[in-house]
Amino acid sequence: MSAESTSSPTTLPQKVWDRHVVHSGIDEPDLLYIDLHLIHEVTSPQAFDGLRLSGRTLRRPDLTIATEDHNVPTEHIDQPIADPISARQVEVLRENVKEFGVTNFPMGDPLQGIVHVIAPEQGRTLPGMTVVCGDSHTATHGAFGALAFGIGTSEVEHVMATQTLPQSRPRWMAVTVDGDLPAGVTAKDVILAIIGKIGTGGGIGHVIEYRGSTIRSLSMEGRMTVCNMSIEAGAKAGLIAPDDTTFEYLRGRANAPKGADWDAAVADWRTLQTDDGAAWDREVFIDAATLRPHVTWGTNPGQVLPIDASVPSPESFDDPTTRETVARALEYMGLTAGTPIRDITVDTVFIGSCTNSRIEDLRAAAAVMNGRTVTAKRVMVVPGSHAVKAQAEAEGLPAIFRAAGVDWREPGCSMCLAMNPDKLAVGERSASTSNRNFEGRQGRGGRTHLVSPEVAAATAIAGHFATPADLENGASS
Amino acid sequence: MKQVTVITGTAIPLKRSDVDTDQIIPAEWLKRVERTGFEKGLFSTWRDDRNFVLNDERYAGASILVAGPSFGVGSSREHAVWAIQQYGFDAVIAPSFSDIFRNNCTKNGLVPVVQPIEAVTRLWDAIEADSNVEITIDMERLLVEVPAIGFEESFPMEVQNQYRFLNGLDDVGITLTHAADIDAYESRRPAWLS
Repeated sequence: MSAESTSSPTTLPQKVWDRHVVHSGIDEPDLLYIDLHLIHEVTSPQAFDGLRLSGRTLRRPDLTIATEDHNVPTEHIDQPIADPISARQVEVLRENVKEFGVTNFPMGDPLQGIVHVIAPEQGRTLPGMTVVCGDSHTATHGAFGALAFGIGTSEVEHVMATQTLPQSRPRWMAVTVDGDLPAGVTAKDVILAIIGKIGTGGGIGHVIEYRGSTIRSLSMEGRMTVCNMSIEAGAKAGLIAPDDTTFEYLRGRANAPKGADWDAAVADWRTLQTDDGAAWDREVFIDAATLRPHVTWGTNPGQVLPIDASVPSPESFDDPTTRETVARALEYMGLTAGTPIRDITVDTVFIGSCTNSRIEDLRAAAAVMNGRTVTAKRVMVVPGSHAVKAQAEAEGLPAIFRAAGVDWREPGCSMCLAMNPDKLAVGERSASTSNRNFEGRQGRGGRTHLVSPEVAAATAIAGHFATPADLENGASS
Repeated sequence: MKQVTVITGTAIPLKRSDVDTDQIIPAEWLKRVERTGFEKGLFSTWRDDRNFVLNDERYAGASILVAGPSFGVGSSREHAVWAIQQYGFDAVIAPSFSDIFRNNCTKNGLVPVVQPIEAVTRLWDAIEADSNVEITIDMERLLVEVPAIGFEESFPMEVQNQYRFLNGLDDVGITLTHAADIDAYESRRPAWLS
């Protein structure tokens, strides 16, 4: 399958792209083969309906995996879903997977969880793959060197019918982060800083490769956090070249290759690197030493600042449309320009979502909360999957959380998008480890600030935005 | 997908940037398993404010939405496109669109028209000055025309997408003409992927 040309230096994302071209033609999009199609209850029902209406079959049920995540409650999961519309949507998924022969992990199943958490942990996401899902955070799988992107429901139906997708060739962007991260600065802060630098539209039309020594030093969990929010920078996808960290993570996982297949796969995966001298359409550089823990202050993820900063004033922006957008954001968020971010008090802390609900995230939060008590009114920790939950239990993390006054829940998307009962009330302010701070994202009228698990945990203790170091210094709580 | 050749109609000025999918159609609406009935969900939170531009009687019946940069950022939900169409819009004009939203538009016959912010501002001014001003979007010539203010600007669109709009083509049907290529590709995939 190593069909890529050796004549000109090529970027990693282009190599993965080129490997999957089934058909190409002039003035046509490339037809790409899809190695893994992940589906969930929200964006699949109309696609299954489309298949039925056109009398088509699902071409590769063996390359299609379903889970229930967006809608599911995070407590009392042994009982039927109380919301009849949510219950119906989950029921429709179960009927569809049965009819079309797709494996599904239903609510409560030991393998169930957030779609972007379970596929990597089951060893289904592999380097060099194309992965799609009717979910914009599909770029998470790019952490493994896969070309992974979110698609709409019409495209879901297209992949079901053909296992391919017509896609116009994107542009290739390199985001290089070099140097050691200062203490207390995490993968989440790296991606928030990148979005702050290039803006919510900065990556439109591009696939990003995250590069540099800082990225190389991240764990797989950290890399998934970075790739996860590529869409928040507007990028189609984001990926990281696979290396020994990747291979060690995958070795022995249930669906990863075994024996001679493993050796052949690793030999192939080692070729998945950007060639020296390959040309990028755009390059961005970030010096890790300059990074600080980040907190969003507005209503899109690009409205973000280091925790040491103060809420900006609309007048500090040159462009009139931006000034208006910032003024609207401050009004919605109930914030006054000039307020130090650390002085903002929060009602609720949410630790979870496909961005930050993996075992490392929970360990980091537990380390901060250990022996302390939360002062925020409501603090929820929602593991990304049953596997993460079981691992956390084996490590004694729930006991630490409960002792601190935290509500320890069942896996799901939960308050990231508030399709289940976990919602903010009007005016309620959260520190959240999720990925979007849009108006009403976590519940109508709710006010969301995006942060790392470390800052979320410290904020839960202090009751206002804080870092773990602030707690040690006695600066708060 | 329906055929689109020429759209002529009045427009609504949505003078906001980064209009995200959670505003276009809040998540609560995504629990539906049908493909219809989303018009009531369009901007449903913003519409509760009676000063919101969609509630302005002057713009009733408009078929073109003119918005600020980065329209449709956020989620992959195709429901956003369905809601905009089912409310009565045939096209959205904006300085930039998120990739997934733009893709979803082209699968459903909602025309995403990219115009520079200066052009969008001219359109906003013209619509606010006269809510009955007619805008024409010509898919054959890829032109936006507003004769009343002497506005005539071209807009970019990939040849294949233009072709699909003009012919109302279904993607799956086109792809299946390459079924032999798909079979051949599948036969070459390494063992560890299947």
